[in-house]
Amino acid sequence: MELVDQKTKRIMEGCKERAYDAGLRFGDETLEYIVTNRDLIELTPKYMIPTLYDYWVHDVECLKEKGRYELYPNNPYETVINTRPAISFYNDNNPDWMNVMIFYHVLGHIDFFRCNQYFRNTWDFDFTGQALSDKRTIAKLRSEKGRWVDYVIEFSRSIDNLVGYHSELSRIDNSGVSSATPLDYYFDIFLQSVKKIPMTEYIKEVERYNACVRQDSTIAEQVFFSDVHKKYPEFSSLYEKANISRNERNLDIMQYVLRHSENLNRGKNQWMKSVIELVRKTSLFFQPQIRTKIMNEGWASYWHEKLFLSDDRILGHEVDFARLHAGIASMPRVGLNPYALGIRIFQYIEELADKGKLSQDFQRISSIRERERYDKAEGKGIEKIFDVRNNMCDYLFIDTFVDQDFVTKHDLFVAGKRLNSNKMVYEYYVKSRNAGDYCKMLQDSLYHPPFITVDPERNANNTLYLYHHFEGKPLVAEFISNVMLGLEFLWDGPVQLETSEVERGESRSDGRNLRKGEDGNSRELNWQRVLYTMKNRNLSRKILT
Amino acid sequence: MSNALHNDYGDQRRKEAMEFEKVTSQESHEPVIENGVERRHALPGLYTLNDFEAFSGIDKQSFINAVGASTIDELLERDKQREQDGFPRKIRVGRLFKPGRGANDSVVIVPSTVEEKLIHDSVSDPTQEGQAGGSGQGDEGEVIGEQPIRPEQQGDGNGAGQGNGSGHEMESSAYDLGRVLTQQFALPNLKDRGTKRALTRFIYDITDKNRGFGQVLDKKATLRKVIETNIGLERISDMATIDTSEFLVSPKDKIYRVLSREKDYESQAMVFFLRDYSGSMAGKCTELVVAQHVLIYSWLLYQYSKRVETRFIVHDTEAREVPDFYTYYNSKVAGGTQVSTGYEFINEIVEKENLAQEYNIFVFQGTDGDDWDAVGEKAIPELKKILSYASRVGITIAEHSYSAGQKTEVQKYLEDSGVLSEFSDYLRMDVINENADESRLIEGIKQLLSTESVT
Repeated sequence: MELVDQKTKRIMEGCKERAYDAGLRFGDETLEYIVTNRDLIELTPKYMIPTLYDYWVHDVECLKEKGRYELYPNNPYETVINTRPAISFYNDNNPDWMNVMIFYHVLGHIDFFRCNQYFRNTWDFDFTGQALSDKRTIAKLRSEKGRWVDYVIEFSRSIDNLVGYHSELSRIDNSGVSSATPLDYYFDIFLQSVKKIPMTEYIKEVERYNACVRQDSTIAEQVFFSDVHKKYPEFSSLYEKANISRNERNLDIMQYVLRHSENLNRGKNQWMKSVIELVRKTSLFFQPQIRTKIMNEGWASYWHEKLFLSDDRILGHEVDFARLHAGIASMPRVGLNPYALGIRIFQYIEELADKGKLSQDFQRISSIRERERYDKAEGKGIEKIFDVRNNMCDYLFIDTFVDQDFVTKHDLFVAGKRLNSNKMVYEYYVKSRNAGDYCKMLQDSLYHPPFITVDPERNANNTLYLYHHFEGKPLVAEFISNVMLGLEFLWDGPVQLETSEVERGESRSDGRNLRKGEDGNSRELNWQRVLYTMKNRNLSRKILT
Repeated sequence: MSNALHNDYGDQRRKEAMEFEKVTSQESHEPVIENGVERRHALPGLYTLNDFEAFSGIDKQSFINAVGASTIDELLERDKQREQDGFPRKIRVGRLFKPGRGANDSVVIVPSTVEEKLIHDSVSDPTQEGQAGGSGQGDEGEVIGEQPIRPEQQGDGNGAGQGNGSGHEMESSAYDLGRVLTQQFALPNLKDRGTKRALTRFIYDITDKNRGFGQVLDKKATLRKVIETNIGLERISDMATIDTSEFLVSPKDKIYRVLSREKDYESQAMVFFLRDYSGSMAGKCTELVVAQHVLIYSWLLYQYSKRVETRFIVHDTEAREVPDFYTYYNSKVAGGTQVSTGYEFINEIVEKENLAQEYNIFVFQGTDGDDWDAVGEKAIPELKKILSYASRVGITIAEHSYSAGQKTEVQKYLEDSGVLSEFSDYLRMDVINENADESRLIEGIKQLLSTESVT
């Protein structure tokens, strides 16, 4: 692994100048490395972060990839990681024109990492450095504790997809005002929910407060609360309690276990906490990436196309470019391609905004012909896509912009797959060309971890009670046992999981076999709440009524 | 890789491989034949494509012979250990199968594992086999393509060529033994010393320097550069009184650390096994000593596999190094006894290869206690030299039953010279009768490894 040579670096710098003029922002410095296929195979299981901690699952992946490589050798081109400065990896045998294209693609990614709001939890530090120190911590622990370190990593990783990424984001947004002020609590909760005073009295209290402010706004609160404390001596303790439970509610499972497990807080087990914390941090770092896959790839593809075609240095390679670009950004007949979808949506948005179609006036028009002809020549396309790049994630991106015009324009459809038992083949067929169906299909295929929280009120007798907030999809049943086994180890007490499953009418072992209904009509599913309990490494299941 | 798979327990693996094949036959990484064209994924999905795959078009034949961080063997051993610790096994050995013309199917054996997490299952609509995105012509309801249900799998599960198992057998049974022992011992006095590189491994660090920008500012190098520049600019006239506030600092003077690849510097241990193979060692003494060393070796192999290197030395009146445990174990006894030669030899190796700085060094010595150098005139100074760098020296003396009750020469000079108390943290001696059984041997190892000081 080494830095690219001067000549290639100069090409990159040229790309940067042009990309900067076009409006992309990527920081002045970037590092480009030449890597071999072997390096890449070893890096892939580590999400391309070279300094990520060692873990045996990575080794398994690595061996598997090597096996696959023997059968299907291929030559990957580039990848980029979200570090400070951004680092990207390349093969050493790309021709110059291809490097230009790839560099633009990479710059698109870097710009996205830096500007998209969903990445704001990764902006303040360099992840390679962070990962390196984590890796050293793990190596040190491993030399002291042996394989138990790997168990703790494994068990932490089994719940690392349930990290509170969104609460992390909101914590960053609200840093400083993490808890409600006494004033908020007094009026919003205390008077209304705790004391349940009648409305007239409530208004009187508000009036009293306003009076205090009018008298002297600097000491208004002090004066106001001195009376409150006289009237409700229990107020302060209730306020503090409410504040604590408010913070508790926002803890994800890992945080909860870290804070409340007696096992982990014992002196000799303290080291486990640092392992869990580190796995959690790592997971949080990767969360934005998977939630912006379509946008990120679409954005990078949009810019590599646009900037490459206007680049004066590589005239004469348009055909080469077209071939490679088509391979990347063409819609598959069946299946999804984030590059193709992303670039089309961005181009679509640009067109809409250029023509002023993102307006209420346009929405009101129902005639197809008029809709097509509508053009206010507002020319706000570029501005709009930069705005979208700043503020959206895949879900919003799809939800907002995939409409019937878009689906029709690109001949998109939902493809169904069914078994034809006469011919013994799977048939693919056009299932729907409706934008609503298409949108739903996309959203169903987006990354979305289940929403599972700890319910502290049901944690009786050192039991960890997990509550799955059901969203229409069951959990993968065969994984539940091992995840809970690991959690039981960390928690050192029984673990319970409340979730929803399809009612088992016939003799089925799990929800999967339901597929046998071949009549083509969707059958009503009956959901029921079930409670899994892991105690002394034995899993039991109980149906809740 | 294939060698390791086809030896003594290859059969069992093959069984596992076949089972795994059944389980995973639906998985997408299995190549699918569609209209005679091989495709790696049945369907492209949102998260299956990445920059690598999207940008790659041309297949380039090149051979990869990379050495992984762990071999399949090590991984499987780890997996066995899981069962003992009360967790289900996780690694399955599977085959990747690439169909070719005629009988030219290629098969590669690979391990595989699943990281279980609580994730959503995709079956919300049970009447559908599945749905995906699509684009292009076609009316609703029209069938646009067919895919055969998986073609019949052929072959009986043994893929790559046969390997030979010689030399490996010792190690694979040693693994099992090591597993049993591993809960009982730990290497004492293990220090964070290691800087010896293992050539096949690389790690990534932030050590390379880069001017102008980078991940971490190297303050010392930067300052040096700044001074250099200022000397060049003739801003420093008097070296004795430098006013740093007057320095001009160019952005280019800033030296940063950037990501770099380094050879592995993992902390590790070097273990010397030293045994007397003189004539007097014939019979039970040798058996006992090597049996004990087998136990230690097995355990080391298991518990510290990658971080421990082993060296084997036998001596009579001269010492020599043997290449592996097998030879060490089977060397025939003959000749006279000169214990000091063994010590000397170790000192020589350590000095020549400069091991003391980079390794935690352990020496396990087995002897019957005979030494022509009856008062340890040569042996004691050499031993002291070893003790100056070693983390632990464990001496096992297997007494002949005919001399029971009398102290052997080695025991006598060790005790008389006072090294045992002088280096009580680093030197252990265990005297056993040549008729001792295995549990006594394990007791002995515990004693050799114990961290409690002997009074």
